[in-house]
Amino acid sequence: MSRWDAIVIGAGPAGIGGASLLAERGARVLLVDETPGPGGQIWRGIETVPESRAAILGPDYRAGAAEVARLRASGATLAFSTEAWRVEPDGTVWLRDAGGLRREAARHLLVATGAMERPVPLPGWTLPGVTTIGGLQILLKREGLLPRGPLALVGTGPLVYLYAAQCLTAGKRDLVLVDTARPGAMLAALPHLPRALLGHGPAYLAKGAGLLWQLRRAGIAVHTNARQIGIEPDGDGGLVLRFLGRGRHRLRLSRIGLHEGVIPETHLLRSLGCRMLWSAAAVAFHPARDRDLCSSLGHVHVAGDAGGVGGAMVALLEGRIAAMAILERLGHQVDPLLVSATRRARRAHLAARPLIERLYRPAPELLTPPDEVVACRCEEVRCGEIRASLAAGAAGPNQLKAFLRCGMGPCQGRICGPTLAQLTARIRGVTMEEAGWLTVRPPLRPVSVGEIAALASEEP
Amino acid sequence: MPFIRLDPPTPEAGPELFFEGRPLRFRPGETVAGALMAAGVTAFRETPVSGAARGPWCLMGACFDCLVSIDGQDNQRACMVAARAGMKVRRQIGARRDAAGAGK
Amino acid sequence: MSVAGELVVIGGGLIGAALAWGAARAGADVTLLDEGDIAFRASRGNFGLVWLQGKGLGHPDYMHWSIRAGRRWPELARILGEESGIDIGWRGGGGLHFCCSAEEMEQRRALIARTRAEAADISIELLDREALRERAPGIGPQVLGASLSDLDGEVSPLFALRAFHEGLVRHGGRLRTNFSAREIRRDPHRGFAIRDASGAEVTGRRIVIAAGLGADALARQIGLEPRLMPERGQIVVTDRVAPFLHHPASAIRQSREGTVLLGSTHEDAGFSTATEVEAIARLCRIGTRLFPALRSARLVRAWAALRIMTPDGLPIYDESPEMPGAFLVTCHSGVTLASLHALDLGPALARGDLGPAPRSMRSARLAVHPT
Repeated sequence: MSRWDAIVIGAGPAGIGGASLLAERGARVLLVDETPGPGGQIWRGIETVPESRAAILGPDYRAGAAEVARLRASGATLAFSTEAWRVEPDGTVWLRDAGGLRREAARHLLVATGAMERPVPLPGWTLPGVTTIGGLQILLKREGLLPRGPLALVGTGPLVYLYAAQCLTAGKRDLVLVDTARPGAMLAALPHLPRALLGHGPAYLAKGAGLLWQLRRAGIAVHTNARQIGIEPDGDGGLVLRFLGRGRHRLRLSRIGLHEGVIPETHLLRSLGCRMLWSAAAVAFHPARDRDLCSSLGHVHVAGDAGGVGGAMVALLEGRIAAMAILERLGHQVDPLLVSATRRARRAHLAARPLIERLYRPAPELLTPPDEVVACRCEEVRCGEIRASLAAGAAGPNQLKAFLRCGMGPCQGRICGPTLAQLTARIRGVTMEEAGWLTVRPPLRPVSVGEIAALASEEP
Repeated sequence: MPFIRLDPPTPEAGPELFFEGRPLRFRPGETVAGALMAAGVTAFRETPVSGAARGPWCLMGACFDCLVSIDGQDNQRACMVAARAGMKVRRQIGARRDAAGAGK
Repeated sequence: MSVAGELVVIGGGLIGAALAWGAARAGADVTLLDEGDIAFRASRGNFGLVWLQGKGLGHPDYMHWSIRAGRRWPELARILGEESGIDIGWRGGGGLHFCCSAEEMEQRRALIARTRAEAADISIELLDREALRERAPGIGPQVLGASLSDLDGEVSPLFALRAFHEGLVRHGGRLRTNFSAREIRRDPHRGFAIRDASGAEVTGRRIVIAAGLGADALARQIGLEPRLMPERGQIVVTDRVAPFLHHPASAIRQSREGTVLLGSTHEDAGFSTATEVEAIARLCRIGTRLFPALRSARLVRAWAALRIMTPDGLPIYDESPEMPGAFLVTCHSGVTLASLHALDLGPALARGDLGPAPRSMRSARLAVHPT
């Protein structure tokens, strides 16, 4: 087993930006990703996508092709369909691929695990036919699949509008948007407008406005200020969506997508013990990072959405910033002008972020849902049981897990974790940092008992 | 409700897998989840806790709600497995049985 | 803030919670102090066996005490179930210890003979492969047999703990979490005062230290010296499997939910609760050797917890000679002994004594005598 200069985990924009630069400068780099090819969620399938599908997905998607080509030419060792199921603080990374389990080691880790969609616990969110909007978009990118029949997109965040526009481009018209953003969001966002007009901010705002205009021009119904959302089966294979907007609504649909923004995917970082910070603006935890994007562990850098959601361009640039910091630590010469220029470019791309965060805040009722709502999809634990346990003295997420089994299922608390922390903070009257988080246990990705047994070096 | 396949049509005789014993055509490149959803399947499993019906939620391997049995291997994430011709896919009903061996 | 009570139990794990529940049920005014969300939590990393085969051989008091605990478990399980409505996953009916070599079979034979010789009130038989297959049809080809006792059982330690916590409150007790006891002193008016890291204080006429590895520092303040050491145990658990193992067993346990636990290791790793791939791999190897079909099960979680070991491995039940009314209870068998802690010792502490706890288990036995 040889030791890599760096292992990069995740081949989205951040991992691609980081691994390319590291390899181009002569570092020994291993890039791993669980999907079959480079691109991450944003550029998923970029190397294999048919032209007709790429046209639907738009120019931001196509922009990935050049970066992926650069990665291929960089000399980085690429391991796709490969899952990092355990990462140890000394730089050991345990991998799983078609050949089984193996161990790699690196002097530096670049964690680029991206973002995940915030869970959307509302009545009926576990019904078949209800998925995340990100999930629907994956079906479009990866497989060219578009839902047939009336579709409601419920929630808030740029992805709602982007996916709606992609549906329109693909010819889908039986579409309704149910926006959960509060009317006050615009007002709260206003103070952040001046900054959003700097750097690349206007381009982001123009893009958003373009999407809205496209929807309006197509005559797509948009319900605003939607509250008290609930989903039920219609008894005929379809779904009924109820909500309070301007009056009470009851829509019959064949499929519903939910989305309340994306949050950093921090499972791996937490397993390493990286220090986490709560962002009230982003309503999410993110790892503490220094200027070089180094986490609280000296040899673990974090780039892209995993460090704080900023989108593809920010991720790409952060990958490069982290790569330059790692190169310097490896003893390579790095041009300080290039470092500062990359930092400036990153800041320019982040200009509109504070405005966007405030425009698309998740509704409070989705953070601490009503009692009857299932919080833990795996173990089917409802918010009411969690509230009762907290009221009886449960100290936090780990005790809730011990007493109620929430977070013990196969998803390992990825989905219910945010809800457990929010309910703890709310009921115990403590900050999100004080509320704590489910202790992350290996394996980080599914591994079978047989696969692990094969690693035993001797007869027990 | 099924999904529309956007890519230019391929010849009628594409590969097939079997879902609950009945043949189901898919396109190369589709995952098992994609193939089932395209065919209009919404409920992929019944939970071991309450027996509730579930289907895919995240479609990126994180939520474990799209579990199916594939060629006798239970609890497989349909969204992470590429569809292959001849594959036998069944709904995952309750807890996995394959690991129970002769004792089940 | 100061809260006064009759009996204060320091430590909300299985030992402290069982004692507090038992005392409150017997009518005492009880306050149970528990730490925050993250702590050394032996009770939450536990394997969940009520295990009596071979327990206490060579230590008659401990052996009889443990076996008595085993006999009381069905009663405790019934009471907790009725009163809390929580299915604590109790399953008795005898436990299997699997043997994969002639040597292991011989060791079990010797253990059975010794158990008889020491007149233990437990019956253990040796099953050959054919007899074992009737009880555990899925065993692998290397399994030669098993010993089976009538008394072993299993329980969800987490649900049992929750039932104790909820039951305590139901019986009028108080549960105070996020209280990390640091300092104990005598209070002239109210018996004892316990202070936590943040300066909060709780007072009580009598106190019980049941604080796991934290008991060492607290016990010294009442003049006792248990000299506790951590011993790491690693455990893995799988996703839910259809029921296939219908007995409690050593090294493998199928929970009421269907998940399969494999464990646990015995390691000296200081206070580290890290897991190690080599150890986890060995646990999985043992599991698949016992039940080969388990190969396809998915590992959901691996964890490590710290057992609380006294120098001689036996429990300590003690009262401070210099501060009467201050008690210490510690052991590494918090599950097995929970029935006696809850049903016998808790009510005794409510009265102000150690009741049926054998005097030979006081900590004086561990004193380092200058020679």
